[in-house]
Formats: sequence, structure tokens, C-alpha cells
Amino acid sequence: MKQLFLLTCGLALLASAAAQAPTGSVLVRDGTVLTVTDGTLENTDVLVVDGRITAIGSDLDTPAGAEIIEAGGMYVMPGIIDAHSHIAISNVNESSAPVTAQVTVGDVLNPYSIALYRALAGGVTTSHVMHGSANVIGGQNETIKHRWGAVDPEGLRMAGAPRTIKFALGENPTRVHGRGNNLRPASRMGVEYVLRETFNKAIRYQEAWDRYEAQVRSNRRAVPPAYNGQLEVMADILSGDIIVNCHSYRADEILMLMRVLEDFGVDRVTFQHVNEGFKIAPELAAFGAEGAAASIFADWWAYKFEVYYSTAYNAAILTRNGVLTSINSDSAELNRHLYHEAGKSQKYGGLTDNEALALITINPAKQLGIGDRVGSIEVGKDGDLAIFDAHPLSIYAVPQKTIVDGIVYFDIDRDADDMRLRVDPEAAIDTAILHTHDDHHQCLHEGSIDLYGFLANE
Amino acid sequence: MNFLLVLLLAIGLGDYTPEPEGPIALTNARIVTVTGDTIEHGTLMMQGDRIIAIGTDVEIPENATVIDCTGLIIYPGFIDTGTQLGLVEVGSLPETRDARELGDFSPQMKALTAVNPNGVAIPVTRVSGVTTVLTEPSGGMLPGQAALINLHGYTPAQMYAGFEGMILSFPNTGRRGRFDSRSEEDIEKAAKAAMKKLDDTFDSAALYHRIDSSYHASPEVGRRPEYVPSIDALLPVLRGEQDLIIQVNTAKDILAALAWVEKRGFDNVIFTGLAEGWRVADKIAEAGIPCLVGPVLAVPTRNSDRYDKAYRNVALMHAAGVKVAIRSGETENARNLPYNAGFAAAYGLGKDEALRAVTIIPAEILGVADERGSLEVGKEATLFVSDGDPFETRTQIRHVFIGGYHLPMESRHTRLYDEFLSRDPGLKKHSP
Repeated sequence: MKQLFLLTCGLALLASAAAQAPTGSVLVRDGTVLTVTDGTLENTDVLVVDGRITAIGSDLDTPAGAEIIEAGGMYVMPGIIDAHSHIAISNVNESSAPVTAQVTVGDVLNPYSIALYRALAGGVTTSHVMHGSANVIGGQNETIKHRWGAVDPEGLRMAGAPRTIKFALGENPTRVHGRGNNLRPASRMGVEYVLRETFNKAIRYQEAWDRYEAQVRSNRRAVPPAYNGQLEVMADILSGDIIVNCHSYRADEILMLMRVLEDFGVDRVTFQHVNEGFKIAPELAAFGAEGAAASIFADWWAYKFEVYYSTAYNAAILTRNGVLTSINSDSAELNRHLYHEAGKSQKYGGLTDNEALALITINPAKQLGIGDRVGSIEVGKDGDLAIFDAHPLSIYAVPQKTIVDGIVYFDIDRDADDMRLRVDPEAAIDTAILHTHDDHHQCLHEGSIDLYGFLANE
Repeated sequence: MNFLLVLLLAIGLGDYTPEPEGPIALTNARIVTVTGDTIEHGTLMMQGDRIIAIGTDVEIPENATVIDCTGLIIYPGFIDTGTQLGLVEVGSLPETRDARELGDFSPQMKALTAVNPNGVAIPVTRVSGVTTVLTEPSGGMLPGQAALINLHGYTPAQMYAGFEGMILSFPNTGRRGRFDSRSEEDIEKAAKAAMKKLDDTFDSAALYHRIDSSYHASPEVGRRPEYVPSIDALLPVLRGEQDLIIQVNTAKDILAALAWVEKRGFDNVIFTGLAEGWRVADKIAEAGIPCLVGPVLAVPTRNSDRYDKAYRNVALMHAAGVKVAIRSGETENARNLPYNAGFAAAYGLGKDEALRAVTIIPAEILGVADERGSLEVGKEATLFVSDGDPFETRTQIRHVFIGGYHLPMESRHTRLYDEFLSRDPGLKKHSP
């Protein structure tokens, strides 16, 4: 793994150069602070200095250079985190093979995507930007912060966030590869064996490198094994360096992946969508040392057969059974009102305000391995805040300001009607694009073609 | 409305008369009538399928079933004017989709024919207070006739709620979506061809109508036009007996549709969709065409638009003087209509107008306001009882009545909740 080590060092150097994301200082004064981890604090100030929360209290002094936001009568919550998104990337699926662990959406980040600004206007500060669900083992994902205005894609990355990878079970990979390309898997049986075969290959690959590294100490002419980018990534999953995030719907396939991961000693997984998670909530909670996590839709169902037996009470059942649960968007539209989606968990199962807010803040943060940095308002955490004019779980709440790393990126009072105009000399007109139902379910989008529509027409 | 349909329904409904024992009285409730004053601590009484009394001094007969609604609020059932409920069961499975027939011109297709009264999404929707929906065929230029249905009944005729309208998908002069990669020239060419096809169709229909009318004026000397089913189906629209519901979204298309409607001289037109209605709202208001607008929960149509334009669309159109009802555009999640209304309320429309936009306004636009859309004596008893503001997600709906029937607050979603909240066996089965 020497190449990998050198590569990593090189990347680390690059990353540290790029990691100097801009930070700011801001004092949010006199708001109702929904800390999520420490209750609700009335008439409280939150001070962010150089991108970090340094104090929470009353009558805090304003350090020089800090912007002051008067939040009297307003609600201040942690920046919202979307654990499943496909915004700000120019491709979603590398659908050329059932296993494409070697690719990463981090290579196709697009800082100019308007979806970043729109997300900010919905109080969302962090997105887990994911590879699509065409492949059993898809590409690696990227955790980004919505630093709108960055011109370098590197400026979006949340430096230090753990690596994650996309898996996918069920209808999508079996359609794309089995029925689409006559390649395994064509069934849920095949999905399991694509997983097991790939993990077994990764074990052998790792063993070959371990053997080589032992030999090379005494024999400088020892021959290294052939490098394989895909198996490098798989080996990193086995060693616990990459968190598995698996697109899944049905209870049986979720149980299958838990068995497979258990057999290969992987004990960290977040199931994505997981519409039938409610059926096996006790099994999810009992998985590994800390349980398997679930990142779900608030109420999507019936758009395909594997989500026909769904319930919008999924969040409540999972939460009540002790499963770490988040609500995500998978959509550039829904992403903008995750606070409303979280609110639905009160209609469907009566979660408390704090439980509902946790679904879009601290819970997704924990799932992404960034729970020590974002997801709640605590001293020492990143200065990522969303300010609303009413309680964010109310339908009437309108986001007012959104702050990332202490910088105000969205301010409803500084949002001129024409500020988004960007004239393209090639375009005859500013094209209107209609919101269609297919804009949801972005999992099966691939660059400029709609794989979902394509397959639906097969 | 289509005369034949009235006849058909009269026959179909002959042996269907709801006969509960006595009246049902909802007492001590806040009654949001929508068209009149809101009544505090009032009683609403239903008999059969009708509301028979509303007020603070309603005399409740002994044989009445009384439901104490202290602390609760009664609203008229919400009306969603844009769904495919009953026509589509599972979105990705063609075997379960009946919203689209072959061909671009199939106005003779009737949504009501294909409504499945046992669709799983129907109870899921009504327990959220959405009791009545317009369900639409789709695809092609004239996909067929939409039907207004109540979300209870064992046959489509029992569900029918008094309105059918002809859908016209107005030719799109822009891109169809983010995956539409046609060149500007191709788009323009296609739009021109589509407009010609539309005009040709309605020219043919006008001719057919003339021949048909003269035949009916003097059947002994006249000749019926040669039977063309698709054209024949347009006759009620040309006679002004059926509304033409024009699906149109971008500003350019809306202007083209306004010009087309004026040229054709139609005054029985409703617009639906209107994603960019706000851009040309004054023109729509001038033409006096009522609009079914939504979804509200949508992204702006253009990258350059302010992020909240879709949320504000309804408010901006209303402010310009357009008569606007809100539609969800959803099928299995038409239950989110109240949240579409809530967002419109928060972004400029206000709560009262938003409430009207999912109750009395759609009823007026569809010509069924004598039956539904508000709580008034004599109207159909289609209503719900909630424990708070129905636009808020924390609010629970406690009772739903459709046509006087007190429906169970159950759906697949609640049943799965009941079964799986505390699953038994849990992790381990009983030891033998």
C-alpha cells in the first residue's frame, strides 16, 4: 500500500492547502436557540469567532470585526444537514459496471450549482453528496459545506470528514445491470454475491499487499502485487476507513447486507431510504457495536414496487426502537425544506420537537462521522447556523439567514431579485426548466440522461 | 356538464342512498365555514349526505349520534385540483398506470372509467383531510377528461363529485425538463408543428360541430358528420357544456395559450400548472381565466429566479387579481396539499386566502360550489375535524366525513405503524 500511502500524503498536502476555507465571526444576539443537544435557550446569544462557536450565553461581548445579527423573536438552530443529496455534482452514476468503488463524486463537484444557494435559503449548510444507485457498489461520496461563491470545487469539501461509499440493493442495480446489460446481478440473490465476491477479492488483495510489505523488509527485490484502485477502496471499507451508505428499501435485503457486513467484520453502516426499515427496527438497532443507522424520506412511497409497503411513520418507529435516524432529501427541491420534512415526523408518530430537529441535524451528523463538529449548537463546534422567523418545525417558518463557518451565505434581506442573473453569451434565452416529478429520485440520474425514465420505458 | 354523464350517474346512483340511523352532531367545535363567519363552540349536524344545521343553538334530536369536538376544529374537506389518484397505483409499474392512453389525441378517454376505488393511496390521502381530488389523464396533447372524485366510494360513480373537464396539454415552447437536450431550433420547430396540430384539430372540431349542430337542428334533412371519436368527444367543449382545462406552465406558453383562447373565443377555460404564472399574472387576470396552480413545493423554473418564486407564485398571482386554487400535482402524496397551501400562506398569500385556495375557490372554479368547498347548510357533508391548524405538521386530523360517511382514520400507513411500532416478536422469538 506504499503507493496509496504516498498518494495519501500528496493529497493530504493538497488538501491542507485547499482546506483554508474562509471563516468569519458573527454574534447572533438574543434569539431562541434550539441547541438540539442541550435543549432550548431563550434570549440567548451565540458567538462564532473565526468559524467556531466560542460562546453561548447572554450579553456576550462583540469581538472586533464580528458581524452582529439581531435575532430577537427569531429561532436559531444548527445548520441543517442533508445526509443524501445529489446537488452540485455534474454526474451522479458511473453505471458502467456493477462495482465502481474506485470512482468518487468528489471529482465532479460543481461550485456554481444554483442548488447550493437554494439549499442555503432553506437553512441547509452541509450535504452528503452521493453517487447514484445504479451499481451494487457505487462510487465514493463527498461531504460538502455550502460555501456558495467558491470558484474552486475544493472549496466545497468539508475537510476531515470521513470517507463514505454508496452501495445499492434491489430494483435499481438489478434493472441497470441484470436486465439492462445482462450482467449479474439480475436478482437480490445476485446482489448478495456481487457484494461477497468483491469483499473476498479485497481480502485476498489486502493479504497480497501485507505479504509483500512483510517480504520487502528483508528482500528489496520483492515484487509488489498489481495495483487495483477498486480493491484499494474495498480494502479501506474492510479496515473501517470508509463508512458504507446503502441505498435499500426492502427488509429482506437490509437484513442481507447486515449479514454480509457482519461476516466481513464491517460494523458501520447507514441504510439510505430504507422504506421498510420499520419492519426490522430491532435488528437495525442491534447491529454491530452502535447499531445500523437509517437515513429516510419523510413520506415518499409507492413510486416503485419496492416502496409500496411503506409507512410515513417510519421515522417514529425507527426512533422509538433506538435506531439512529435522519431524514434526507435525495432531491434538490426537497432539500430546501428539510425542516418541513422533519416536521412531518410529528404528524406521523408524534416525535418531540427535539427528536424531530435531531433528524436533520445531529443524527445525520453522527451518521456521517462529523457529529463532533456540526449538528448542534455547542461551544467548539463549527459556526453553522440557520435562523428562522418562527419555530422551524412550523409550516409558516421562513429561513432568514444561514451561516456557514461564521460567514452569512444567505440573508433574506440581501437577496435582490436579479442577483442570480448570469448571462451566457451562447444562450439565446434564459431557458425555463419545469420541475417534473422525475426531479425527485435523483439516485438514478446520470449526467444528462435520466436513467430512471430510460429504464421505465424499457 | 355532459348531459349523458348526468343520465349515466342518475342510473348508477339509483340504488345508492346513504341511510345512517339518525343525524350526526359534531358539538362544541370551532367551525371554520370558509364562506361565512367562523363559529366558536358550535354544532354542525349532518343527516344522510347533507349538512343540515350549523350554529351555536342547534337543537340536537334524541336519535342523533353526538361527537364531542371540544378543542377541535371543523373544516370543509380540502380539494386537490391536480392529481392522478386512482389512476396510478405504483408509479414505475406500467401495469398499474392507467393515466395514459396511446396517441396524442384521445379526448374521448375518461379518467373516471379507470379510477380504482380501492387504490391504496386513497385512504392514505383522505385521512389527511384531502377529501376530494381532480384526477387527470396525461400524455399527448388531448389526453382525455379529468374527473373530480370524492375519496370514498366503492364504484367510480359513487366517488364522482360533479365535474369532468377536458384536458389540453398546451404545446410546450420550451424545454421539457432538465434532460431535454434538443437545440433551440428543434424546440421551436416542434412547438410550431404542435401549434399547427392543435389548430387543425380544433378547426376540424369546429367543422364537425357545425355539421352536427345543423343535423340536430333538422335531423330529417341533415346528415350526421362521419363519426370521428376523438373529434366527437370535443363537442361538449365546443358547445360550452364542458370546461377545457389547459395545462400550461412557462410564461411564453401562457401568453400563447391566452392568445389561442381569445382567437378561439372560448369562455369555458381553466388553466392548470402555471409554474411561471407570476411572470404574466396581470395578463391572466385581464383574461379572467381561473387557475389551478401548483405544486407550490417546487424549485424555480429558471436559475436566475429568486429561490422562493415557486413558493410565492400563488400569492403573486392572487395579488394580480387571478382566481387561484392550489394543486399538489402529486398522486400518492396528494396528502401534502395542506402543506403546499401552508407554504403559499407563509410566502405572501396569508392563511385565510390559502384556506380558500384549497376549499371554496377550487369548488367555484370547477362549478361545484353549490355542493362543496365550504360548510353551509344544504351542502354535502364532506369535512374533517382537526386538533389544530391543518397546515401545520404537528396537527392531527381526528375525523373525516365524506358524503356523510364517518370514515375510519386508517390507511396502510397507520396499520403498518400499529403493527410495527412495538413488533412482537422483537429481536427474539419466545423460547419453545
